[in-house]
Amino acid sequence: MQQILDAKGLQRTINRLAHEVIERNKDLERLAFVGIRTRGEYLAHRIARKIFELEGKQLPVGVLDITLYRDDLRGRLDQPVLKSTEILFDVKDKIIILVDDVLFTGRTVRSALNALMDLGRPARIELLVLVDRGHRELPIKADFVGKNVPTAKTHEIRVLLQEIDGDDSVYLVNHDRKKE
Amino acid sequence: MKLQNRHLLGLEGMSKDDITLILDTAESFKEVLERPIKKVPPLQGKTIVNLFFENSTRTRISFELAERRLSADVVNFTTSGSSVAKGETLKDTARNIEAMKIDMVVVRHSSAGVPHFLSRVVKANVINAGDGLHEHPTQALLDMMTLRQKYKTLEGLRVCIVGDILHSRVARSNIFGLTTMGAEVSVCGPATLIPRYIERLGVRVYHRLEDVIPHIDVLNVLRIQLERQKSGLFPSLREFHRYFGVTKEKIEKAQHPITIMHPGPINRDVELSADLADGPHSVILEQVTNGVAVRMAVLYLLGLSN
Amino acid sequence: MKLHLKGAHLVDPVRGIDESMDILIVDGIIEKIRKNITADRSYEVISLPGKIIAPGFMDMHVHLREPGYEHKETIATGCAAAAAGGFTAVCCMPNTNPVIDDESVVRYIQDTGKKATKGLVDVYPIAAATKGRQGEELAPIAELAEAGAVALSDDGSTIASAELMRRIFEYSSMFGLPVIQHAEEPTLAKGGVMNEGFQSTRLGLPGIPPIAEEIIVVRDCVLLRYVPHAKYHVAHVSTAGTVEVIRRAKANGLPITAEVTPHHISLTDTVVDGYDTNTKINPPLRTEEDIAALKDALRDGTIDVIASDHAPHTIDEKDVEYTIAPFGIVGLETAVGLSMTTLVTTGILTLYELVEKMSVNPRKIVGVGSILIQEGEKANFTFLDPECEWVVDINTFHSKSKNSLFHGWKLTGRAIGVMNGNSYTFFI
Repeated sequence: MQQILDAKGLQRTINRLAHEVIERNKDLERLAFVGIRTRGEYLAHRIARKIFELEGKQLPVGVLDITLYRDDLRGRLDQPVLKSTEILFDVKDKIIILVDDVLFTGRTVRSALNALMDLGRPARIELLVLVDRGHRELPIKADFVGKNVPTAKTHEIRVLLQEIDGDDSVYLVNHDRKKE
Repeated sequence: MKLQNRHLLGLEGMSKDDITLILDTAESFKEVLERPIKKVPPLQGKTIVNLFFENSTRTRISFELAERRLSADVVNFTTSGSSVAKGETLKDTARNIEAMKIDMVVVRHSSAGVPHFLSRVVKANVINAGDGLHEHPTQALLDMMTLRQKYKTLEGLRVCIVGDILHSRVARSNIFGLTTMGAEVSVCGPATLIPRYIERLGVRVYHRLEDVIPHIDVLNVLRIQLERQKSGLFPSLREFHRYFGVTKEKIEKAQHPITIMHPGPINRDVELSADLADGPHSVILEQVTNGVAVRMAVLYLLGLSN
Repeated sequence: MKLHLKGAHLVDPVRGIDESMDILIVDGIIEKIRKNITADRSYEVISLPGKIIAPGFMDMHVHLREPGYEHKETIATGCAAAAAGGFTAVCCMPNTNPVIDDESVVRYIQDTGKKATKGLVDVYPIAAATKGRQGEELAPIAELAEAGAVALSDDGSTIASAELMRRIFEYSSMFGLPVIQHAEEPTLAKGGVMNEGFQSTRLGLPGIPPIAEEIIVVRDCVLLRYVPHAKYHVAHVSTAGTVEVIRRAKANGLPITAEVTPHHISLTDTVVDGYDTNTKINPPLRTEEDIAALKDALRDGTIDVIASDHAPHTIDEKDVEYTIAPFGIVGLETAVGLSMTTLVTTGILTLYELVEKMSVNPRKIVGVGSILIQEGEKANFTFLDPECEWVVDINTFHSKSKNSLFHGWKLTGRAIGVMNGNSYTFFI
């Protein structure tokens, strides 16, 4: 297990992402965050908080549960528990920053895009991820990336957040015993 | 998380965990129902047949809506009167379901045990939408969902089911579900409409509304059917209304608010007075809304179990 | 044909014998009964150590379905089932089509029975008490009696009218025919498909209350007291209350007899859970308390007879909604095994008493004469193995129908053969 970001590094990355979002979106009025359950939600809140510190503007944050849109839903032995989507603002004509912790195959983002489209018609959707680890299976690319981490397929990126894990940190875990 | 059984035949024997899972999942679907686009894709490509051997437009529509909102393909098979009258046996129907590669069957029938029969002969998931006098599990689940929304927990909640208990599958499912969830359940009705030994299901029996009203939080009022009068089970609707009809005057004696439920359709001013049905403590319309959410939850949880 | 039945134990309640005996039989007639006979080579030896020889069993409550419902059972298949179950005689109920309410039907059944079994199983028709079993007009009872009907019954339906029941008692008393009542008060039982009790409440099925049976037996006892010389037999008693009524009537000297089925003493209404339509039986399976009372009644003689109420139905007829499925299960091929298992191995009845209830008493009630196991009489035996452990398999049934509740049951004791005059068969 190799640490990629410690608590300080993680905070710095979030701060940088907040700056980038502001820089590229001059019109904060139309901006809103949607975090993908579970860790995307907390990342979205942190970035929104940082933007509030910088600009004095509270951007709306919603939470998206993509369970119903997953393409691997059927046949799973352990069905994910369905939770609610909580987006209390109208997504119509908004610029939505979709937030997730790790970008991997792109399937989660595909599900999230479908789920988001069913809620209305945003003006634009941008993707923000903490870690991009490669190995895309769908034509999806992030607009904001906290950190690019080259990985093997057998690796796992484990993101820990204070809010649920009691710690801020990002690890790379190698599941291929032979190579260890 | 997964349900123990791949069919929903009844609430008798269903664990507290399973009921909780269905109710929690239903809450998430309730949020879906409030979206501008109320359709989600999890049952895409699944075919569901609604086999209604007994007329019930409301239940069928509620199921159909739930199915369509989960993106399933829906076929309706509705026949009034028994299938035997049309020369087709239940077994033939079951074989046809198999041949048509149907994934889920929602069945309502006037004979108790038909969902059990189907579950033995078809591969599809079977959901009981009401069998004879036996069970109507989704109705009880939506009742419990409605009560849980209002009271946060069902534990210790005091619920009285009023009216024709003998002929009520809604009563049976509610008794099974509510007692499992830790509620205190009682029934109230004329002695001719209370089945024997019902106390063994863990409920108290009352024959006078006045006796039970001071001790309860919720009244679930059942529909009384006129044909029961013809079979000599009660003398007249007038007398029934007078002694077992739920009215403002009677529930005011409780000196605390009592939540009013009814599985519908209501005979206004017979079993339930109109002012109560439309009053501030009525949750009858919430029941209808929750019906779709609960059925989505059941379909979703069972539909993904294969 | 010369046979030497060797080493068996003879149980003969008619002559009060309960000990080891050898029997020599020549052309279907008993030549000799002694302990340890040494016979010459011309006798074929049938060695039966540890086995029981009893007077041939009679099942006095059987539905052979012919004429009219040959897809369920025929006289031939029903008799084959009877023989395989250990019976040398059956009484068949009149709910056929046409109903046995005419002497021609009585004769048809007698003739077909003789041809079907080559004399192995005697078939005794029970005639309808009312025309068409409609419960409205008297059947031609005198003609039916003369043709050889052994009893009267509207079985499947109750003779509900008190007035008509009185007249049937009166009219049948002229011929000494017993009236067999299917006791079920129709307004109380209306629409019911199982025992009314906690299980029916749980399962949401309409119930048949025990009082529907009891009220008819009470009424019939009142009528019986009023009509001298009538004979009354209660079919398939199922409730503790009925047992009590019969016990009291017997104590008062009324000419009442009664039967119970093996299934009513083996199963309760809890088996209806799951809605297997083979659990749909009339009268319905009741409760543990009822079973206890029925067993007591067998022990103290309140109930005289064990009869199967063999009611064959095809798989398609039974494989339907519970509420529309026909009532009944087959019983001929499990009756002896079930009775020995539930009653004899448990010590409720001795084998001697079981033989009374399955051979001596039914013959006495329908008046067909006792089987005399003595020299010069026709051989009419049921052979039993009280130790044999076996598993019921519906696929081995001779009956056309397989609607049994006992498939897979492990039983102790069974019939291993029957002999009736020149005909005999051993199946184990």
